[in-house]
Parts: sequence; structure tokens; C-alpha cells
Amino acid sequence: MTEMWVNMGPQHPFNHGLWNLRVKLDGEKVTDAEPVIGYLHRGWEKMVESRDYQQIIPMSDRLCYCSALTWSHVYVSAVENLMEVEVPERAQWIRVITIEIQRLASHLMWLAAVGTDLGSYTIFLYAMRERELFLDLLTNLTGARMTYNYMRIGGVRNDLPENFERDTLRACDLLEKRIKGEYYQLMDQNTPFRMRTIDTGVLSKEDAMNLGVTGPNMRGSGVDFDLRRDDPYEKYDEIDFEVCVEKEGDSFARYRVRMREMLVSCDIIRDAFKKIKEGPVRVKTPRNAPVGTAFAHVEDPRGESLMYVMGDGTNHPYRLKVRSPIFVTVSAAPKMCIGYKMADIPAIMGTVDMCVGETDR
Amino acid sequence: MTENTKMNEEQIAEAINNAFPDGITSIQVAPRRVFLTISKDILLKLCTTLKNELGFEHVSCVCGVDMKTHFQTVYHISSYSNKVVTEIVVDNISKDKPEVDSIAPLWGGANWHERETYDMYGIIFIGHPRLERLLMAEDFKFFPLRKDFDGGRRVA
Amino acid sequence: MELHFDYSGLYEFLYSVSSWLLWLVGRAFEFIGVDSDNFFYPVRQFLTDQQFVYFVALILVALIYLVAGLLFGIQFIWMERKFLGRFMDRRGTQVGFLGFFQNFADAFKVLLKAVIIPKDSDKRVYQFAIFGILAVSFMLLGLVPWDNNFYAVNVPLALLLGLAVFSLAPFTLILAGWSSNNKYTVIGGMRGAAQLIAYEIPILLVVVSAVVMTGTLNFAEMVAWQQNNVLLFIPLFIGAITFFIAGVAESERIPFDLPEAESELVEGWQTEYGSLGWGLIMAADYLRAYIVCVLFSIIFLGGWAGPDFIPGSVWLLTKAAIVFFFMVWLRAATVRIRTDQLLKFCWNRLLPLAVINLAIAVLIRVYSVGWW
Repeated sequence: MTEMWVNMGPQHPFNHGLWNLRVKLDGEKVTDAEPVIGYLHRGWEKMVESRDYQQIIPMSDRLCYCSALTWSHVYVSAVENLMEVEVPERAQWIRVITIEIQRLASHLMWLAAVGTDLGSYTIFLYAMRERELFLDLLTNLTGARMTYNYMRIGGVRNDLPENFERDTLRACDLLEKRIKGEYYQLMDQNTPFRMRTIDTGVLSKEDAMNLGVTGPNMRGSGVDFDLRRDDPYEKYDEIDFEVCVEKEGDSFARYRVRMREMLVSCDIIRDAFKKIKEGPVRVKTPRNAPVGTAFAHVEDPRGESLMYVMGDGTNHPYRLKVRSPIFVTVSAAPKMCIGYKMADIPAIMGTVDMCVGETDR
Repeated sequence: MTENTKMNEEQIAEAINNAFPDGITSIQVAPRRVFLTISKDILLKLCTTLKNELGFEHVSCVCGVDMKTHFQTVYHISSYSNKVVTEIVVDNISKDKPEVDSIAPLWGGANWHERETYDMYGIIFIGHPRLERLLMAEDFKFFPLRKDFDGGRRVA
Repeated sequence: MELHFDYSGLYEFLYSVSSWLLWLVGRAFEFIGVDSDNFFYPVRQFLTDQQFVYFVALILVALIYLVAGLLFGIQFIWMERKFLGRFMDRRGTQVGFLGFFQNFADAFKVLLKAVIIPKDSDKRVYQFAIFGILAVSFMLLGLVPWDNNFYAVNVPLALLLGLAVFSLAPFTLILAGWSSNNKYTVIGGMRGAAQLIAYEIPILLVVVSAVVMTGTLNFAEMVAWQQNNVLLFIPLFIGAITFFIAGVAESERIPFDLPEAESELVEGWQTEYGSLGWGLIMAADYLRAYIVCVLFSIIFLGGWAGPDFIPGSVWLLTKAAIVFFFMVWLRAATVRIRTDQLLKFCWNRLLPLAVINLAIAVLIRVYSVGWW
């Protein structure tokens, strides 16, 4: 058979969202690949230039439907840096807790997607079942299930509800039990799962750093770097936690990193509940931002998300640039896919954790 | 590229200042941050120094800004070993001839960011491997993030 | 002619039913006065002719098998949904008694959908492929007996014929994939053909070992041998495992459902089929799984052999359902493997196992017949 180009997308079961991976196939082997994005481009950066700073918070929730809180968090952090607002301590702790809950929910969503990509609905449903625990917690806290509108410039919207600590710790205990028991047996010890993920989509340490791949994908390639530890924001400098690194750089390493990160997140939540103190959760902030620039970058569940905001003295930003982790990771997709079989592509791009909402913006 | 001795932000700022006596308009230091404003002539040389000598492995972000009279490009380059982020503002890119050197040959991570900046502002990155439309359609005629592009009304 | 039905077999029974019915028709014609000089006499003669009786009996057999086959297909889908639901910590289908009627609802939904044939497809081949795959499945269904008396045909070389029919399936897959004129379907069809051809070899070798043990190619005699001696499952344990795994691959189920791997090939060779065509393909798929289960229970688990207080066919179907339960278990517990791994697994693992199993069968046969 001669080589042929196959469009895997924009409507294809393997890509979560609208994007297109054009692959050149020689039989089943991928000889060339080219990601095409832009199907979900909403002009986010243009839209926010005509909105108030407060109005942008719910919009930043919509950047990624899987981890809305981390995106509104990076936005409010950037604006706080610009306005030089000091966030109250309790609000910082609440941010740590909610972001880690969001990270758990996002990683579980990723696990579910990997399950369907590899053809196992059991993994999908188990992960969705656990994700629902954490979405319930966030619903209890914020009143919404996926797009929360919870972060505020200068704090968070409301204090923790009654019994939130008890429920969160229970959910974390249950998840930990499941990860160490059911999930370990269903995936780590499952020969077909290992056959599909080990030694596929290998991304070397040098390539990962050079191509700008960040977050769990980079740590799966052996780079020991986590913004929570190495450039701490909020109260992460007061928490001692493990940064999960795997050396292999294949799909299985990325999978292991995320599974271990979930356990670490549970520990962070427990630690944060021990150290949280009473106090206000929000301060008054000016309506207009000063002239100047600021940026903030945080460790999103998918990697480093950065926002660069430029104020011009009015109540809307002059320029707001979003650095999406997956936007850069997708550009590394050819590096990961070429040389492997077509059947490996779902396993590779599944473990990368695609989210097109933040990619196209 | 990899250095055994870790440098803090003060030492990095000093090293940059010594290496490029002219071309740097301003240099500021904050904890784990170095803020630079430079002219576009020294961008590529500065970035080569950053990558090869000062241990900056990662381009976080490349972004364009329309300052109405001129363009800016802003680079956030971070170092995994030194844990420092450098913000480089390339100021005064003329609107008539919006050209700046590409850093994509140095860091592959800058590739799509520069493409997107070209897509949105029309800034030409010299030496970029493939400067095409990325998010907008290929036959799109405008550069939508420029301030003179009216997003509220459909043009032509 | 008195009312006397022959219960010795399904076909004999239906033959006596149809001959009785047509005798009634003949009497009716006689009653209204159609005799030798009447204009309608040839019609009466044609209807009561011996050949026509055979024909009606055949139609009845085919109808019963069609309905039974589709019902069993649907019942297996129901079983799969229920079992999978329990494996996945949910309830499964809910419509009707234990959710059994969900499948009928789905079947009607599929039936009512618009038939869309791709514009650039090879339309005749495209439509023929549906009936090809259906014909393969139903022919197999007709070959497999449910009981000593309940079968459509009882040919002496039924096993051989069945496997020959099974090996027709790859052609229809390639036809379907090629005629749809779509890259995904072509890849899916090629994968399917490679997989089915590869996995036929271990199946054949295992079946040969069963034939060596029992000395017959006929299902009924095979079951009788097991009734008299021992269930083949015990001496040919390795072969049973090999047959089961290869059978899962033959019926294209997870972990071997590469031809229709939905995450990479959309729906594989079935991508361009919709509406009733897809529904029939789906039914044929489940029918193939059902046939693999029935073959497994006949060859290794003694088929309809069992205590007499339950009818033989019920025994057979129960055993088949148990085998299918393991198939569903496998589906719930594993992920899909890759094409090269699949073929490697066949040639490097299953084939040696099948050969070892054949050697065991031959050794038992040569040296220690009747040791049990």
C-alpha cells in the first residue's frame, strides 16, 4: 500500500474536543504527523479587552471545562500581581485546597478519557464515579458543577461551607484506597494495558524541555520541575510534598506520574486542612488597574499555564495573553507520534491529556 | 547548557548586563524574576546566551502587544535549573516593518507561539521554520488582535 | 390422514406440520368443489404436491432459525449489557423486566433510521457485504445442533463445514471495507482479514485435536463420545483455553476488536454502515460470539449432555451463556491491544499451545485410550 494521509479529526472518537491530527500512514505505521488546531477559536484574548476585570473571571473558567478553577486562579493571580493586592491567608489556603480538588477532578477526567481511548469502558466509568465525588464537593462549595466563578481578585467568593473538611477528607481517603487497590489492579497490573502504554510515544528529556512540554507530561520524561515547589505561589511553600518524576518518557510514565500526583494532591489537601487558620477570605480591590504589566504562572493539571496582563489605567485589560500548556504540547505531537503505529496514537495523545478549550482559546 | 553552579536572579542580571552593555534599555530584578527591556537587534544574541550559558531551557510564552504606535513582543523564558523566569520585552517594533528575529530555532517551544503571534498581529519572525496562520483560517485577511481591528463588526 | 407429528427432529417435525397443513388445504379445496375438471385444479395439485411440502418445511426451518438466531443475538447483547453494568459498578439496562426490552427498543430504533449509502461507494458490493456477513453467521447457526433432535441439518462432516463457513468471514470484511471507499474502513477491513485468518489456525488445530480424541466430525457423535467417556475440557485443557482466546478474536471482541477499534478507526470496517444494515451487522457479530460459545460448549463441555430433568437444549444454552460470561469478563477487565501485538500473540503463544495440545491429544489416543 502506498502512503496515505488520514485525517484523525476534527470529528473523531479519539480527540477530545475539536482538533485534527493529520497522519501519514505507511500501512499502519505513522511516518508523518501534523496537528491542526483552531476549530474552537473563540477570540478569547480579543473578547477580554472589552470586559471589566471582574467580568473576565467567569470567562476564564470557560477556558478549560476540566479544570476551571485553575484557570480563573491564574487569571486572578496575574491581576493581583498587577494591582499589587495582598490576598488574605485564609483565602490562600482555600485556594490551595480547591485547586488541588480541581486537580484531582481533572486528572480523573483524564483517566476516564485514557480508558475510552484504550477501549476499556470500565476505567472510564470507575474514574467518572470518583470524579463525581470531587465535583460534588466543589458544587457544595461554589454552587456550580463545572464552571465555578469562585476565585475573586483579592481572595475567594465565599468561605468553606459546614462539614466541607470532613467530606473532603473522606473523599480523599476513598480515592486513595481506590487508586492503591482497584486502579492498581485494573491498570498497573493489567498486561494489555502495559503492552499498549509501555514504550509508546517516547519523549526524551531534551525534547520535552526544548519543545516546551510542561507539567505531568514533562515530569514523565524525567524533568524534575514543579512550579508549586520551584516557584511557589499561594501557600505551597509551607507544604512539603513530593514531586512525581518518572524517567521513561513513554505513555506509561505519563500515566504513572498522574496517578502518583493524585495521591500527592490528597496529601496536600490533608496538610492544608491542618494548617488553615480563621480569617477573612477576601479584600477590597481597586476597580481600575494601574498602568504596567504583570504575569503569573501556575502548575495547571496539564502543565504550566501563564497569563500576562497589561493594564492601562482603565477597568479593562489592555492586553491579556494566555499561555496554554496543551497548546505547546500539541505542537510536540509529531515528535511523539512518528515512528509508532496508528493504533498507538490514541494511547499517546490520550495520556497527554488534551483540552481543546484552552488550546484554541 | 547545564551548569553545576546554580545562579540566582542577581547573578543572572549581572551576567546579562555585562554581556550586553548596549541594547538593554532597562533591567529589574525581583525574587526569581528578571525583567528586561531590550531593542530588537540583540534579541537573538541574548537568547543564545541565555540558552547556552545561563541555563534557560524553556520558553514559557511569546506574546505580541499592539502599543498603537508600535508593536512589542514579550518573551517569558524560564530556567528549570536556576528556577528563574526572565521577561524580555522587545520594544519599538515599527508598524511599517514589523519584523523581529525568531527564537524558534533555539527553542522548539516557541514555534507555535510565534506562529500565533504572526497570526494575530502580523509580526514577521525572521528565521521561523514555518510562519503560517495557525488559529485563524488560511484565507483570513486581517490580524485580529491589532487594536485597529474592530472585533464588534464584521468587516468585508 | 390422521394427525400424527414426527418428534424425532426439528426438520421431521416441521415436515409433518407442513404436510398436515397442506393436507388441510387440499381438503378445503375439495370441500369447495375444486375437482379434476375445475379451472383451479392445478393450483390444488401444486399446493398439495410433495415438493411443495418440502419447500414449506424448509421455509419454516429457516424462519425458526432466523427468529431464534436474532433472539439469541439480542439475548446475548442483553447479557453483555447486564454483566458489563455489574462489572462497571452500575445497573445496566433498565427497560422492562430486568432491562430485557431495551434491546428491542434499540432494534426498532435502528430499524426506523434512514438508510444512507455513501455516494462514492461501490453500492452493490457495499450492500452485498451485509448479507455476506449475515449469511456466514446464519449458516453457522443452522449447522450447530441444540439437541439430539433439535437441528436444522445433520451432515456427517458438520464440524469441517462449519469451520469452512467461518473462514468466509474475512472476505466479507474486506468487501465491506473496500466498497465503503473510506480510509478507516479499508484499514479496518485489512486488519479484520489478517486477524481472522491468523486466528483460524489455532482454532483448526484445537478442533483437530478434539477430532483425534473423539474420532468423529459430527457434533452429535462428539457429544455422545463425551457422554460415554469424559468431557474433553479435562484432557484438552490447554486446547480449551486456546480455543476460547482464539474464539474471542474470531468474534472481534475486546481485547481483540481491532477491526472496529473505535478510538483509532472510528468504527473500523463498519464505519459507513448505518440504519438497518449496521443493525444486522451488529446482530451477526453477536451471533458469531454466540456460535463460538456454543461450539466451545459442544466440543469441550459436552454440549447438551447433562442430567435428564432439564432438557438438553437448555443445558447447551446454559453452558454457552457461562462461556459468554467469561468473554464479557475479559472485555470488562482488559484494554484493546495493537495489531502487531495481536498477530505476535497468535503466532508466538497460541500456535505453540495449539500444537502442544494436539500432541497431547495424539499421545492420549495412542497410548492410553480408556484410562478413565
